[in-house]
Amino acid sequence: MADTALSVPRRSPLAGAADRLAAATRSSGGAVRLAELPFLAQVNVRLDAKGAAADAVGLALGLSLPLEPNTVVRAGELTALWLGPDEWLVVGPPDTQRDVEDRIRTASGDEHVAVTDVSAQRTTLLVSGARARDLLAHGCPLDLHPRAFGPGRCAQTTLARAQVVLVARDEPGGGFWVLVRSSFAGYLTDWLLDAAAEYVRDV
Amino acid sequence: MLLIPCPWCGPRDEAEFHYGGQAHVAYPETPADLTDEEWARYLFFRDNPKGPFAERWNHAAGCRRWFNAVRDTSTNEILSVYRAGEPRPETSDFGTATGRSTPSQPGQAPSAGPASTFQRGPAPSARPAFEDEAPSGPTGVQGAEPPGSGVEGAEPLEDGTGRGGGGETNPFRHPTRGRIHRDTPLTFTFDGTEYTGYKGDTLASALLANGIIQTGTSIKLGRPRGIFTAGVEEPNAVIQIEAPFPEPMLPATTVELYDGLVATSLPGQGRLATEPDPARYDAVHAHCDLLVVGAGPAGLAAAAAAARTGARVILADDRPELGGTLLDAAQLLDWVAELKEELSTAPDVRVLTRTTVFGHYDDNHLLAVERRTNHLGATAPTHVSRERVWRIRARRVVLATGAHERSLAFADNDRPGVMLAASARAYVNRHGVLPGRHAVVLTTNDSAYAAALDLAAAGVEVAAIVDTRPSEPVEWAGRAREAGIEVLSGHAVVGTEGTPRLTAVTAAPYGETTGTTRHFAADLLLVSGGWNPVAHLFSQAGGKLRYDDTLGSFVPDTCRQAVEVAGSANGVLDLADVLAQGASAGARAIEAEGYTAATPSLPQVPTEPDTAPAMQVFLVPGATDAPHFVDLQRDVTVGDLTRATGAGLNSVEHTKRYTTAGTANDQGKTSGVLASGVVAELLGVDVSALGTTTFRPPYTPVSFATLAGRDRGALHDPIRTTALHDWHVMQGALFENVGQWKRPWYYPQDGEDMETAVLRECAAAREGIAFMDGSTLGKIDVQGPDAPVFLDRLYTNMMSNLKVGMIRYGVMCRPDGMVFDDGTAIRLAPDRYLVTTTTGNAAAVLDWMEEWHQTEWPELRVHCASVTEQWATVALVGPRSREVLGSLAPQLAVGNDDFPFMAWRDTTVAGIEARVCRISFSGELAYEINVSPWEALALWEALYEAGAPFGITPYGTETMHVLRAEKGYPIIGQDTDGTVTPQDLGMSWAVSKKKPDFIGKRSFARADAVRPDRKHLVGLLPEDPGAFLPEGTQLIADSVLPAPPVPMLGHVTSSYRSAALGRTFALALIKGGRDRIGERLYAPVGDRLIPVTVASPVLYDPEGARRDG
Repeated sequence: MADTALSVPRRSPLAGAADRLAAATRSSGGAVRLAELPFLAQVNVRLDAKGAAADAVGLALGLSLPLEPNTVVRAGELTALWLGPDEWLVVGPPDTQRDVEDRIRTASGDEHVAVTDVSAQRTTLLVSGARARDLLAHGCPLDLHPRAFGPGRCAQTTLARAQVVLVARDEPGGGFWVLVRSSFAGYLTDWLLDAAAEYVRDV
Repeated sequence: MLLIPCPWCGPRDEAEFHYGGQAHVAYPETPADLTDEEWARYLFFRDNPKGPFAERWNHAAGCRRWFNAVRDTSTNEILSVYRAGEPRPETSDFGTATGRSTPSQPGQAPSAGPASTFQRGPAPSARPAFEDEAPSGPTGVQGAEPPGSGVEGAEPLEDGTGRGGGGETNPFRHPTRGRIHRDTPLTFTFDGTEYTGYKGDTLASALLANGIIQTGTSIKLGRPRGIFTAGVEEPNAVIQIEAPFPEPMLPATTVELYDGLVATSLPGQGRLATEPDPARYDAVHAHCDLLVVGAGPAGLAAAAAAARTGARVILADDRPELGGTLLDAAQLLDWVAELKEELSTAPDVRVLTRTTVFGHYDDNHLLAVERRTNHLGATAPTHVSRERVWRIRARRVVLATGAHERSLAFADNDRPGVMLAASARAYVNRHGVLPGRHAVVLTTNDSAYAAALDLAAAGVEVAAIVDTRPSEPVEWAGRAREAGIEVLSGHAVVGTEGTPRLTAVTAAPYGETTGTTRHFAADLLLVSGGWNPVAHLFSQAGGKLRYDDTLGSFVPDTCRQAVEVAGSANGVLDLADVLAQGASAGARAIEAEGYTAATPSLPQVPTEPDTAPAMQVFLVPGATDAPHFVDLQRDVTVGDLTRATGAGLNSVEHTKRYTTAGTANDQGKTSGVLASGVVAELLGVDVSALGTTTFRPPYTPVSFATLAGRDRGALHDPIRTTALHDWHVMQGALFENVGQWKRPWYYPQDGEDMETAVLRECAAAREGIAFMDGSTLGKIDVQGPDAPVFLDRLYTNMMSNLKVGMIRYGVMCRPDGMVFDDGTAIRLAPDRYLVTTTTGNAAAVLDWMEEWHQTEWPELRVHCASVTEQWATVALVGPRSREVLGSLAPQLAVGNDDFPFMAWRDTTVAGIEARVCRISFSGELAYEINVSPWEALALWEALYEAGAPFGITPYGTETMHVLRAEKGYPIIGQDTDGTVTPQDLGMSWAVSKKKPDFIGKRSFARADAVRPDRKHLVGLLPEDPGAFLPEGTQLIADSVLPAPPVPMLGHVTSSYRSAALGRTFALALIKGGRDRIGERLYAPVGDRLIPVTVASPVLYDPEGARRDG
């Protein structure tokens, strides 16, 4: 992908919505901040958490895959999300998916490890700002209170009528990553923008 | 909404889960050895017990793990969950649980180990031992002002029009009383006349202030009816709002007055708006440790005990102001103000006013509606939702919902001017409104004395308190007499007069209708028949009610949810007791959640008179020819109930349905227990044995617009789009819904109709080159050393012997042998396949694979991942496709020998990394080019440009359907319906004979699967090549329609006009169809029978010559 990225124009699922997302951020005075984080590397990893591959893969990625359900481990540029007892999503900067995939395959040797590039399967929305939780609470049944869903937590759940992976960012005021299937991204963006109408200032 | 505890993710809403049927029904080891009956038992027979039942569930919207749960089928409680492969826990582990789940530490993340048992049982008893205490009414400050003369008929009354008061502004407004904002007058219109009220009024109080008490006529009898209560229980004053936006059937007692409000009275029934509602409605989810419902004395005390403890608390009340009945009685107002301030600044406390909790569901999931801008009228901001649904998940709930006063069934008890006693008191104290000038009080208990004293103090001339009890409550009666009010104990009201408004009341010794009757001139009759705890939510939560003899009503007993009832809702009427019970309920709730409760400072309650027991009265004897109304809103009388019991109906559920008592908008809030009491008397049984009707949500009506919220229009259902969607839109494509996807249907040019456009697109694909966005096809990456054997078990075909670099079409069946899905499998590596599914079935197929892998074949080393959106797919079709592809993929040898049918190659197309598959769903030379969706538009535009010299034509799903139908390729879900085997489709070639077993195999040998008269997929050619058979058309054998029942041979599943064939054609499922090829059948279309000939389903290029170009 890295080779062709230079010659062929890439278009992210929400490229057409960037202006509307920015406008909603402005009109809320920053109370809700919305933006697409396009082209993040996303690699799905399946392996036996108790097997030898878990440590080897962790070593190769420089992080230990989280074993506690619905938590995140971040190290350097990579973030590993718990998706299931034998399933993780490794998220990295754009154009690193092939490198991540190679490192995992090499590290796993003969162990049964399934690695799938799913970078384009979902896109990532950044939802932050002081009212980010309130905005998500319009459509997310999970308890997003910092006590229940603080930094380092993730969850696969529903937001409005779309399935999402929700990540509580660990920087102060970092807000949430909302990973959504690319085909649902337009719908979810429309839904978020409509919900954000409530937070418009000075109407 | 149940909370289902996923063994991995902890408790989540049930909407995140899929049900998988009975657990521990193992797939037979060797199905081939089973008899048909044994196999049928495996396929179709499942247990259906009452009680604990082990089931499979999938956390579909979460971690996608299958697990087992033991659910009590009678209560819906999840008793235990355990991971797939673990044994079922012993049923005796569940026992009779006595507490809910173990309280967790604050802030502790939910966790669930394997086989965790979630115990839930009755909440700790909500009831202190108060049975020995005599209840007293909600009492108030003693009337201090000198009363009026108290002489019967001392002053002339209104003329009986109910519009008393004349021209002055608010003639019935007290100069100082009430909590209205006298500096903010509001203008409103009722029945065409303009009036003035104040901020803080309800529509009802403003009408009363203007001397209006009649607000409509009754639904069946057309009798004049007036404002009867001051709250949500109102049966009579149900009005229509006309402006700013029309809304029908709102109780005037709950409509906050705003400037410009226009309302009209109703004849018992409203009118729906005919225009779309422009307001915004939304919903939010909320979570808390404690939800307190009701902000009267008990609720405020509960919230005070829980505030500032670290616990997350929500306090919800349906009125604009906190205080509940304290405001009605003008009691402890300083304490209310202090608490309001205290709660508004407490961290983790959310106070929701104007918020009605209307539903209490499983696992303390409660729904509430908050009226956010209704009270602002035309000045409401448009970007803020008008009403909001709160979806509250509470660890604990304290219900402090108070009590509704009960009416009495006496003769002519429905005239405007008859009003519940505490409601009249509320008008005086909350709104500074006198609901009348000359009052008589009818009561069975002490509480109406306080109301009478407050009214007298405010200047209402109260002639008499008519008390049914043989001996009067000494202290209360003394105070009444001091205020100049006569007390008639052992009496009852036996009749009223006045048209429309009340002008006179007749009282007689209780039990008598003649003799020493007393007549009073009065325009107001206050009634108190006792108090009904508002147990609606408690009952909805699964709580049981019991009859309380002292109170004479039904009170909460036990509930398996973590719910406690406090205050009047629990049958406690003494104010000090109400406060204490609220505070301890709040404290208990948060302590159960691991917090340390504060000790709230409860206010000193003024000493009140000694109380005397209430008398249980429902039906007051009176003139038998006058109606005794029970349900005012439904016009149901004692006479109606007598007819019901006379007809043999002996339960309140039956009399309710027979008479409609309790079924109106008010859901019988003032009449339900009264109806039970009257029916009990009629049947000669005790009311405690008869019970009440069931309380169901919503507690008060909620509009559909509110419930729909933002799920309207484009947000009603997700719209899924591909990376090429914008291009299709710009090209003017019309779209077809396929599942949630929007797929281009066809691309009309310059005024083309669908038929012309589709014929043009079909011709381009068969004669030149055409291309289609196929990105919606489901795609699943299957990896692992056991991937080949895994797919062999799932597909009817053999997939393990597919060579790397090649592709195979495959069919998937359910165990019953019926086709479930089809698609292709691409072998990427010895241990890796990419399989495709139909667009609509992608999620179902992945779930299917996971279910079999996780529950039946955990030993297989294989993993599946959805990659549907990882790839964009473009189908390039037609005799020119090789040429165009070759021009864009210089590294790809496109010749037929180098790149044969059903092969795939990795290459670059137009400089884009691509996987090109040589597969065809049209019978033409065709390729499917898969690229990253990020680069799909670049690929698409490159193809469009390179194909331009050949007239490359974009085509949609309709053309795709025609092309495949010409070749007899079925579409699963269109040509199949879950009763069709691969053999029925003529695809025996896709069913492996070599594999020992695969899902569905055993069923192909069932007697039913080999019947000669099974329906086969065949082609149909109408005799008239222009005749079109609508899909769904039935086929019959005779040229004349026989008399019903007409023997049906089958039906049309697909029907098109074919450019290539130059005629119409259809596919159909016909009994024994393959044996009928060449036969003539008849298709009834409208009133004609269209002759058709049965043909092979492959109508175009049957020899397959076009596939290789």
